[in-house]
Amino acid sequence: MTLSASLTPLPVLIPLVGAALTLFAGRRPRLQRAITLATLSVVVVVCAALLHLTDRDGTLALHVGGWGQTVPGMGPLGITLVVDRLSALMLVVSSIVLLAVVLYAIGQGIRDGDDRQPVSIFLPTYLVLSAGVCTAFLAGDLFNLFVGFEVLLSASFVLLTIGASRDRVRAGISYVMVSMVSSLVFLLGIALVYAATGTLNMAELAVRLDDVGAGTRTALFAVLLVAFGIKAAVFPLSTWLPDSYPTAPAPVTAVFAGILTKVGVYAIIRAHSLLFPGGGLDQVLLVAALLTMLVGILGAIAQSDIKRLLSFTLVSHIGYMVFGIALSSQLGMSGAIYYVAHHILVQTTLFLVVGLIERQAGASTLQRLGGLAAASPLLAFVFVVPALNLGGIPPFSGFIGKVALLQAGAQNGSVLAWTLVGGSVLTSLLTLYVVARVWTKAFWRSREDAPEGHLSGAAPAALLDEPEDIQFVDRDHVGRMPVGMVVPTGALIAVGLTLTVMAGPIFAYAGRAADEVLDRGQYISAVVGGRQR
Amino acid sequence: MTTYLIPLALIGGLISVGVYLLLERNLTRMLLGLLLIGSAINLLILTVAGPSGNPPVRGRVSDGETATADPLAQGMILTAIVINMGIAAFVLALIYRSYRLTKGEEVSDDPEDTRVSQLTDEDAVARDEDLPEPDKAKDTDAPDELDALPRQKGSR
Repeated sequence: MTLSASLTPLPVLIPLVGAALTLFAGRRPRLQRAITLATLSVVVVVCAALLHLTDRDGTLALHVGGWGQTVPGMGPLGITLVVDRLSALMLVVSSIVLLAVVLYAIGQGIRDGDDRQPVSIFLPTYLVLSAGVCTAFLAGDLFNLFVGFEVLLSASFVLLTIGASRDRVRAGISYVMVSMVSSLVFLLGIALVYAATGTLNMAELAVRLDDVGAGTRTALFAVLLVAFGIKAAVFPLSTWLPDSYPTAPAPVTAVFAGILTKVGVYAIIRAHSLLFPGGGLDQVLLVAALLTMLVGILGAIAQSDIKRLLSFTLVSHIGYMVFGIALSSQLGMSGAIYYVAHHILVQTTLFLVVGLIERQAGASTLQRLGGLAAASPLLAFVFVVPALNLGGIPPFSGFIGKVALLQAGAQNGSVLAWTLVGGSVLTSLLTLYVVARVWTKAFWRSREDAPEGHLSGAAPAALLDEPEDIQFVDRDHVGRMPVGMVVPTGALIAVGLTLTVMAGPIFAYAGRAADEVLDRGQYISAVVGGRQR
Repeated sequence: MTTYLIPLALIGGLISVGVYLLLERNLTRMLLGLLLIGSAINLLILTVAGPSGNPPVRGRVSDGETATADPLAQGMILTAIVINMGIAAFVLALIYRSYRLTKGEEVSDDPEDTRVSQLTDEDAVARDEDLPEPDKAKDTDAPDELDALPRQKGSR
């Protein structure tokens, strides 16, 4: 075991140990915050080191506990952790987002929290969520991927229903049920794959599935796609998302919107390229991608609550990633990988900004908002940069990712691919319309012109739900935006802009990651040791 | 490998009952449905992992069978059972909380969803638009005519 391979379990281990320590420190909020920040900072450093090492040396694989190939011809029996360029990029972006969001949540908690809030379980649960996300990105076998999903889902159930108000319980129940169904479908897929091949190690599966009949392969792929499609919110399976995300506290929604759906997209990439290459279901995926984009963005147009509106744009933009994956080409895959990184950052930032809007103006619905540009030019700035980025205005990273995907679609040249190119452009324009509508309503007009502008939520609350409405004029002055909330938001915007400024190297990296994902040889030889058939 | 019909029929039956329960609006029934499907899938893993009767410990003989039973399948089932149990406990707590809050245990619709879906076309346009009606009394031919909007001073 090399030194670099021994780094691979750390992104899972450190947050879990941190979660245990924060639970013990439940009575001491300061210590709890310090442990959380230290933990997630170390994770960012480890992930960055992994990114550097995989880019230099190629795929890293670790057989945990030395359970490598104990029986000849059976494949690794134990848990395998694998980091290639794709996982490393996902780990780095997610860990940065996790750190920024927890900083934001802590900043909000210090300023607006009070004693009745369940802060003592928030940070441990958040760390468990981080461990689950990292497990999913590191997993080298399907069952470990399942366990990663379950860990992050269990933590997300707690975070989504924190405080257990009426709205959150209602949203939480449908979220729990839908997630559990998707997990059961995934487990069903695992059972069927195991029946067909006798292994669950992804590298070994990639070798063995080539010998399985085409019909069986397609059926297995379809079952797994349904499971991952629910997680990633791909169109017919996406309706749960806008119902459940908006009720959660702002930092929770931000991290869910940024990372959890992308874990599903990552699993789709793995299944599509590593396990079932050859593009058996590409036509289905392309149609699903088109419908995801269009139905999502049309849903966003109909909403007046900004959180719901952004949830719909989230669904819509998942379509771009599925589009890139389903093209099965190098350019399509690199575009999709770049777009995933871009979208994690921009969507998280926007939800954090909505949290700021809610705190400052006491509402997140366009029926009540107005005059924010005059009230706080800084808020207007932190909204407009990620919003234009989401809409795909040049020179932001959203534009670069979309151009890559459009080029890949044009390169493919089939009628369906051209339809998707048209659909992507239309979706991009409608996204711009949607964010421009938020801009004109919430930021430009005066608050008196808003139909319900006189109403507002009571006091700003960090994690709890405040259902009662008061007159806006009666609302206490909330002061300036807390530095602890603005700085993480600004930092995420800066990281998002790095994707633009450093677009050349980062896109080249995404290209190398795509090569590696499509090639499979490196992944397989790193795990099962060059025994290719 | 011989496939036995009875376990497969049992799995099919459990899953269909589970799906039926899951489609209800009553929360306890939904949970029972989830648990039934979970058990069915565990049974499926056990069924696909090889014939029954093999000894679980390597090198032993059980009723004439010498091949070792697949430990991986049993490990996976154990993990799945533990996960299912934890989440079932959480769902039960959630159901109880929902019952305390709403005095019912039905899943309710998203109110915002219902509101948006019931909007007429005119409502949908007017919903959060500011469509100021010009105030005729303030409307003059003076150059600042455009100011004659509600809550604006206008000319005179």
